[in-house]
Amino acid sequence: MKRFSGEVLFLDRNDINTDEIIPAKYLTEITREILGSHLLEDLVLEGFDPAVDIDGKGVIVSRDNFGCGSSREHAPWAIEARGINIVIATSFSRIFRQNMLNCGMLAVEVSPEECEYLFSHFSDKRVNLKTNADTLNFIFSTDTEEVEIPFYLTQFEKDLIKVGGWVEYADAAY
Amino acid sequence: MGQTTAQKIFQSHQVDQPEPGRYVLKLDAVFCHEITTPGAILDLEARNKDRVFDPSKIKAVIDHVSPAKDSKTAMQGKILRDWARRHRIKNFFDVGRNGVCHALFPEKGFVRPGFTIIMGDSHTCTHGAFGAFAAGVGTTDLEVGILKGVCVFREPSTMKIEVQGELKPGVYAKDLILHIIGTIGVGGATDKVLEFHGDVIDAMTMESRMTLSNMAVEAGATSGICMPDRTTVEYLWPFIKSDYSTPEEALEDFGRYRSDPDAEYSDVITMDAREVVPLSTFGYKPDQVKPIADFPETRIDQVYIGSCTNGRLEDLRVAAHVLKGRRIASTVRGILSPATPEVYRQALKEGLIEIFMDAGFCVTNPTCGACLGMSNGVLAEGEVCASTTNRNFNGRMGKGGMVHLMSPASAAATALAGHITNSFLYAG
Repeated sequence: MKRFSGEVLFLDRNDINTDEIIPAKYLTEITREILGSHLLEDLVLEGFDPAVDIDGKGVIVSRDNFGCGSSREHAPWAIEARGINIVIATSFSRIFRQNMLNCGMLAVEVSPEECEYLFSHFSDKRVNLKTNADTLNFIFSTDTEEVEIPFYLTQFEKDLIKVGGWVEYADAAY
Repeated sequence: MGQTTAQKIFQSHQVDQPEPGRYVLKLDAVFCHEITTPGAILDLEARNKDRVFDPSKIKAVIDHVSPAKDSKTAMQGKILRDWARRHRIKNFFDVGRNGVCHALFPEKGFVRPGFTIIMGDSHTCTHGAFGAFAAGVGTTDLEVGILKGVCVFREPSTMKIEVQGELKPGVYAKDLILHIIGTIGVGGATDKVLEFHGDVIDAMTMESRMTLSNMAVEAGATSGICMPDRTTVEYLWPFIKSDYSTPEEALEDFGRYRSDPDAEYSDVITMDAREVVPLSTFGYKPDQVKPIADFPETRIDQVYIGSCTNGRLEDLRVAAHVLKGRRIASTVRGILSPATPEVYRQALKEGLIEIFMDAGFCVTNPTCGACLGMSNGVLAEGEVCASTTNRNFNGRMGKGGMVHLMSPASAAATALAGHITNSFLYAG
């Protein structure tokens, strides 16, 4: 099972699409490392600089409809290649969310209220997330503050994460 | 209680239900192209599982960049080609026979009402126009589909879109779907299937229905479904005539997948087609639409007519009608990419290609190309394109470029005028 903890990258925008996550011109790359080097390259977001803001992060927190657009699984691959295994948002596009789970990564929904709390309290600070994938708990912490947010995964989703992805699961089951 | 088309298809294809609301479905078809399939092929090889569940159910094509533009895209084509050959996948469309997948595969008769279809491409929803459950997936889902012939889905609810009346002259299926997306929003149908109903849909050709279903994913929908009817039977008849003694028999069989009158929907949205006007997007999301009449003079550099949304023969005919006897503005470059070789051939026979060329268009081979900024008309930074494609994301057709989505008629008119305009002045 992957590690779902680390420092948080806040992306404060709705509808971040998979072309912004990894532009189509890189879909000819087969090596994951090269994909990762272009992560979020075209994302225009005030205060965000892909050249410096991604390194060292282990978690993305965003808003509505994250991962909309193309079905490219290169989007989760590029995210994973940069050491990030979990995205937290108020909602995801269906295909992106399924692709994340299929890769043994986490795409987890939190409520708009919880999301707003995270952005308003933490987005200008260095925040660490510790994820307990057994008790289904997020612990966000800074030097001075800590907040615990429970999250939900179905049994099937938990099984996918534990076994490492959909190929492993389906190969055993069907 | 009655069922929706999606519920009927889920029920008849269920292999397993790992938990409430999540179903493993057997697949009637797995479609493949050269961008998302190589990852699956290489992973299967690495796992020592280089096999396919059923070569007759797999259809493959090189379409996104064709012919290959560099060694990397050539290698992607080679991986797909070699794989299709060694697994005896008969329906592999290589350079010369290839076209844009979601135009080519319906044209070849590969889609049926009630089918389950996946592809590593978000616009797979196009095939819902035939009353199929057709959904885009990622490479891992595709890999398991290839190996096991199954895919897992959370059962979607269905949002009914009822469109009454009729579309006014100069207003087309593309304007209607842009209107719908503008109404429900880019995330408005997430985890839902859109069902298109009403006089307007009933009157549409399969090509127009495919334009509607194609963009269902731009509202977040899992698929976009039209009810199978006589129009569906007529389109498919060349391919099914040995399966049924009469078209009526086929109609009755396909009718099993029509939604029941008492089916339950998550939402029902009714629209008056007479309120739809020629539209264009104006920002970086497909739900940012406004009437073309409301655009201030917006100069454009390129007009692109093609794609799985609007590259079919009907689209070329409409655009050619606007262009006939005229020349595009000297400040504009026009690019036409007929979506399949058959569309191209028929357009040649009908004199349409000559109309485009006389107007000043560059006519290319069938390919996805510029739609996603990979080839065949990529924009320079600062350039603006009026396009019949399906996405206007920032940088989609080229870094720093701007895309305005519209119908083929509006795109042709825009090419003539040199700025965004609808086809009213040029109709008749």
